[in-house]
Amino acid sequence: MGDRANPEQAAALAEEETPRTGSRRMVLNMGPQHPSTHGVLRVLLEIDGETVVRIMPDIGFLHTGIEKTCEAKFYQQVVPLTDRIDYLCPMTNNLCYVLAVEKLLGLEIPPKAQWMRVLMNELTRINSHLVWLGTHALDIGAMTVFLYCFREREVVLNLFEAIAGQRMMTSYFRIGGLALEPPLDFFDRVRDFAGYFSSKVDEYENLLTGNPIWMMRTKGVAKLTAEDAIALGASGPTLRGSGVDIDLRRDMPYTGYENFKFKVPVAQEGDVFSRYMCRVAELRESNKIVQQALDGMPEGPVKANAPGVVLPDREKMKTQMEALIYHFKIITEGFAVPAGEVYQAVESPRGEMGYYVVSDGTAKPYRVHMRAACLANLQTLHKMCEGGLIADVVAAIGSIDIVLGEIDR
Amino acid sequence: MLPDSLRQHATAVSVEAFDGDAVTGGNYDHGELTLEIAAAKIASVCGFLKYDQGFARLSTVTAVDRFPAEPRFEVVYHLHSVEHKQRVRLKCRLIGKEPGGTEPVIDSVTPVWRGANWYEREVFDLFGIQFRNHPNLKRIMMPDDWEGYPLRKDYPVTGSRV
Repeated sequence: MGDRANPEQAAALAEEETPRTGSRRMVLNMGPQHPSTHGVLRVLLEIDGETVVRIMPDIGFLHTGIEKTCEAKFYQQVVPLTDRIDYLCPMTNNLCYVLAVEKLLGLEIPPKAQWMRVLMNELTRINSHLVWLGTHALDIGAMTVFLYCFREREVVLNLFEAIAGQRMMTSYFRIGGLALEPPLDFFDRVRDFAGYFSSKVDEYENLLTGNPIWMMRTKGVAKLTAEDAIALGASGPTLRGSGVDIDLRRDMPYTGYENFKFKVPVAQEGDVFSRYMCRVAELRESNKIVQQALDGMPEGPVKANAPGVVLPDREKMKTQMEALIYHFKIITEGFAVPAGEVYQAVESPRGEMGYYVVSDGTAKPYRVHMRAACLANLQTLHKMCEGGLIADVVAAIGSIDIVLGEIDR
Repeated sequence: MLPDSLRQHATAVSVEAFDGDAVTGGNYDHGELTLEIAAAKIASVCGFLKYDQGFARLSTVTAVDRFPAEPRFEVVYHLHSVEHKQRVRLKCRLIGKEPGGTEPVIDSVTPVWRGANWYEREVFDLFGIQFRNHPNLKRIMMPDDWEGYPLRKDYPVTGSRV
């Protein structure tokens, strides 16, 4: 019963973490300025010829103390900070944070805002997976895919710009709803994009899926077993690529995901190719969710009826004294959030993104902890790479889809 | 002792049955179960929850600094059971360093979930909480020669430029 740890296991763990010396092995430094480490990841490789004996990731180069900064801001001022954690899926981070705070406040969110959140969240997933696919293929040597992916990503970013005025740091989800109503032609533009997007995914697959070079570089490479993936805390496509069927959108629905029908792609082999297949299938599933969201988009307000929390409309603020007072108070004093603590997790493109928000009853969060999916996913790197070739390290790192902003925070 | 309000939660009751001294409190708020665990018991309770209650995943380990209150630190664990679609939050309270005393210390849960490794290093790095039996307890985010623990409440938000 209980603690099954034994001393041998502890010794083995400690042994794994200390560099070995006195052998004919060489230690090779990769990064932090290496193009295929996607930012500032540094990896120490202990190699014997071409074989990787040991791999030790070194993180923290992008640490900005964002959790500390959150403690000094009002609740609504934290939203723009969440964009900057994972700059490839800003709205997923916005969503996770605002859901956590709304849970503490006990706010009821109008249906249209919830559906818009699902719609934008899935567009964000498409955006993020496109960057991943392009750069991952580029790392392994397939240049064309990169150009194709960024062609479609441009369209998605234009949609973001239309809706939020920003291409990357959108801050579109606010506590209590959305920042603005979507512009008039917005849904037509999304419908147009969703209509042709799956044929574009066919194009990417034509370039890669059956391509012999791509298969040689990815099949059977950087294997991760389901046991290791769970034990190391992996989530998202990194976990599903190893045959574990977990998706928080389906298993623990939030913001109305229970109203949507979609499949959760799972692949069994646990290699780079299965993670690739999972993500490409997710592109198609996300597109289906976008179409369902468009078809069922309810009418109504996009902000909750909570005057002390949600900023009033610009029109009202200029004509009604009361709205002006609320506006002034929210901007200068913030709003108090009842004491308590919540942990809200969402399925980000990379896995389980979680926000742990602790309130002490004031207008500033007492503590905000961000559970970054990539941090745990990156821990699986040694299981993937040890015993493999140096050239496959790049494929393995690409297949995890790391974003260092999220890892280092 | 398990608060009476938690008697209807199977997870809480089973932990109480596993070790009567382990649970020191808890609550159920916003649909989330929190159990306060005696710091000395954390590794065995985590082992029990993982192997006998199906909490196969550890989502995150973090800490909260309640300075100047004592016990000052809360080490917080979020566990996820995939089969039951459930989460539970474990919380251990630790007293801060007394003059001439040692830094706060708690057992590591890396023998139970290997994925706790980096999370515990992060808590050590930013809060200065030591983890016993951790395989590689050194700074992870800050430079190795950094002084102080940034996420403590008595550490300033802004400082001189480096």
